[in-house]
Amino acid sequence: MKLDAKIPGGPIETKWDRHRFDMKLVNPANKRKFSVIVVGTGLAGASAAASMAELGYQVSAFCFQDSPRRAHSIAAQGGINAAKNYQNDGDSIWRLFYDTVKGGDYRAREANVYRLAQSSVQIIDQCVAQGVPFAREYGGLLANRSFGGAQVSRTFYARGQTGQQLLLGAYQALARQIGLGRVTMHPRTEMLDLVVIDGQARGIVVRDLVSGEIRSHAADVVVLATGGYSNIFYLSTNAKGCNVTAIWRAHRRGAGFANPCFTQIHPTCIPVAGEHQSKLTLMSESLRNDGRIWVPKKAGDSRPADQIPDAERDYYLERRYPAFGNLVPRDVASRAAKERCDSGFGVGPTKLGVFLDFRDAIKRLSEPVVADRYGNLFQMYEQITGENPYKVPMRIFPAPHYTMGGLWVDYNLMSTIPGLHVLGEANFSDHGANRLGASALMQGLADGYFVIPYTIGHYLASTPIPKVDTGHAEFKRVEAEANARNRSLLAIKGKRTVDSFHRELGRLMWDNVGMSRNRADLEKTLARVPELREEFWKNVAVEGSADDLNQSLEKAGRVADFFEFGELITRDALERAESCGGHFREEFQTEDGEARRDDENFCHSTVWEWQGPGKAPVQHREPLSFEYVKPSQRSYK
Amino acid sequence: MRLTLKVWRQAGRSARGGFQEVVAEGVSPDSSFLEMLDGVNEKLEAEGREPIAFDHDCREGICGSCSLMINGHPHGPDDGVTTCQLHMRRYRDGDTIVIEPWRARAFPVIKDLIVDRSAFDRIIQVGGFVSVNTGSAQDANNLPIGKEVADLAMDTAACIGCGACVAACPNASAMLFVSAKAAHLGRLPQGQPERHARTRRMVAQMDTEGFGGCTNHGECEAACPKEIKMWNISFLNRDFLQASLSERSASQRAGDG
Repeated sequence: MKLDAKIPGGPIETKWDRHRFDMKLVNPANKRKFSVIVVGTGLAGASAAASMAELGYQVSAFCFQDSPRRAHSIAAQGGINAAKNYQNDGDSIWRLFYDTVKGGDYRAREANVYRLAQSSVQIIDQCVAQGVPFAREYGGLLANRSFGGAQVSRTFYARGQTGQQLLLGAYQALARQIGLGRVTMHPRTEMLDLVVIDGQARGIVVRDLVSGEIRSHAADVVVLATGGYSNIFYLSTNAKGCNVTAIWRAHRRGAGFANPCFTQIHPTCIPVAGEHQSKLTLMSESLRNDGRIWVPKKAGDSRPADQIPDAERDYYLERRYPAFGNLVPRDVASRAAKERCDSGFGVGPTKLGVFLDFRDAIKRLSEPVVADRYGNLFQMYEQITGENPYKVPMRIFPAPHYTMGGLWVDYNLMSTIPGLHVLGEANFSDHGANRLGASALMQGLADGYFVIPYTIGHYLASTPIPKVDTGHAEFKRVEAEANARNRSLLAIKGKRTVDSFHRELGRLMWDNVGMSRNRADLEKTLARVPELREEFWKNVAVEGSADDLNQSLEKAGRVADFFEFGELITRDALERAESCGGHFREEFQTEDGEARRDDENFCHSTVWEWQGPGKAPVQHREPLSFEYVKPSQRSYK
Repeated sequence: MRLTLKVWRQAGRSARGGFQEVVAEGVSPDSSFLEMLDGVNEKLEAEGREPIAFDHDCREGICGSCSLMINGHPHGPDDGVTTCQLHMRRYRDGDTIVIEPWRARAFPVIKDLIVDRSAFDRIIQVGGFVSVNTGSAQDANNLPIGKEVADLAMDTAACIGCGACVAACPNASAMLFVSAKAAHLGRLPQGQPERHARTRRMVAQMDTEGFGGCTNHGECEAACPKEIKMWNISFLNRDFLQASLSERSASQRAGDG
């Protein structure tokens, strides 16, 4: 496996412009001769499919949900960053670039991040033109708020539903192209495998989730925009359907998987209530703008919050990080909460929680103003917990939320398989070891609206792509494999449900490969995952048939892939003997408990190459160089 | 808690459906309605029976996947919430709960509690957008939009496309859904150039899909988990009238030429 990042030369400010000029173009009349498959219809997939169809390519789009509008981007709450500097507070493309590289703890590629910051400006323009109803000031201009890890207000938002509004914008652009006949949409269709012919990605094998039929789709180029893998932890803020299958299957077909251990644990989620819990609900990070995080100063203090006087409260983020206070980046905030709870200061019935208190904000701003900013979040919190956050402080605890790791891609967003492009959360590209708040939406849309429409043309114009259809023997072979796998899952007829296996795997991963990690636990996990996987393949119970709508079978296939992937994420966490961003190794910390990075030995992305079932993957490295943002100890004090 | 569920089971689109009685035991009042169903499904699977099929995904009230008719109420008894946000503390030990799919000609049952809502997508595909290609936008702040207008647009843009409005309506009308999109884009300056064409096309598609007409029952507003207001339907009706008149005069002008 050769890793060529294809970063254009010259000064960082002009790399993308020059590259766009240097790339080959497809003649407008020839574009319709090329076919593109896009898997996933979240922000990255929908924006990519719509934009490429507008250019004239023949696009087929796929999603497992009943409608492209339901992709999980819809649940993003807080906002989207853009270096508009509308607030005149000193923001610039350069500052957004700097904040993102630093926030990622110096484990991202500078050239990609700079391009992301540049594109951010166009994204807001595009979305407003589509009719996305961003929040506005009374003068009619766009409003902004600040977000964790930044000292400027550059976050655009639509109440607490920014992801929904951006996704509907992209969905409507996609719907327009479907209506015009330029995109063929396949909802309720799940990708089960990638088809590679003569070294090029040439199509996918899918399952029609209604009829159960397994079939193939061929194209000149394949784009995966299938999101992240937080659901390996079972409990996460991801939607129930989110899974690793598409990128894992591509990995098995030859795509390098980069930095799987870089996972983000979001600091402000509603704590787990009991065994029945099926997912965790995020409370937007924007709440940290006005809410103050604290625990009692006395360990085990179980008085109600309003009976604990100020002098006996520990506003630990404000205490430890006076410069950023409650707005420290997510990894820092999550670890600080875990530290307090591990030391016995946690609150709530399980003691795995800290307070997020709006008492002072309500006093300062009035209840209606707070309601205007966060009303829907407060309502959601009350619905889930039965507690009124206007009266009682919220209880929050960290939960798996986002995965920075993903398939390795070059500057053109192409994986190590020629023709296979990967966008959004599914790739590893822009966030390094930790993502800043309001940057996921930015990256998904930058990739889909403003990067792939150019780079895909370059690939198509500069690569000989022989004609292939789904009658090709390789399609038949991969279809047969997918069929056989489903039949064998159904034939096991074991005693345990898919969910019970998923819960056990998730618990194992959360305890040992979650918020903090150490060698002994990782080694233990690396031995345990294959045992559990073996038990799964012997003892799982999947009812129903393969030729019908069968949600158990869908889940079983996804969980089977999580079992294989669990080994890789653990191995990657073990291999990276340093702490950086969301990856915290207990052996590598400073005296005051901060992450200790090791730039001498780990200033690289680790890229794994699949070697076959039961075989250890081969490790490759893409060295990272920092010419513009010099790595320093990340400090938010 | 121990609950008796009467759940609609239907093997496929053209199969005959019926109610099946299932007992849910050991239900935690802190669990959500869908988590209660997860528990029932695990039990069914452990007994070698096929689990109940139902749509769900984000489980935080925003994706619009979940869609159950609970004791005759879409998304259950509470105002402004989806089924996935409904929690079992709302029920009492010993309760009987009837669970059905959305029922409307335009939403055929696929299996058990899952219905086909692709008619909504087709309505958006004919006009529920602003025709702006990627790359051709001006600077976002070149178009000031009053906060009040932006807020009103946001109120209706909040629609999650779940279909509760259709399920609640005695006529299975999709007017609240269509009006939400018409009002979202129709209130904003970006939506003006295509306003009339959008309204005409979406209404025509709505009729083609087999949704019924609106007779002002107001059930849709009561059922909407995002509390989208019925006066958007008046907005749509007014817009549709104007759009029809403008179409007539346009065709007359064309005839004159």
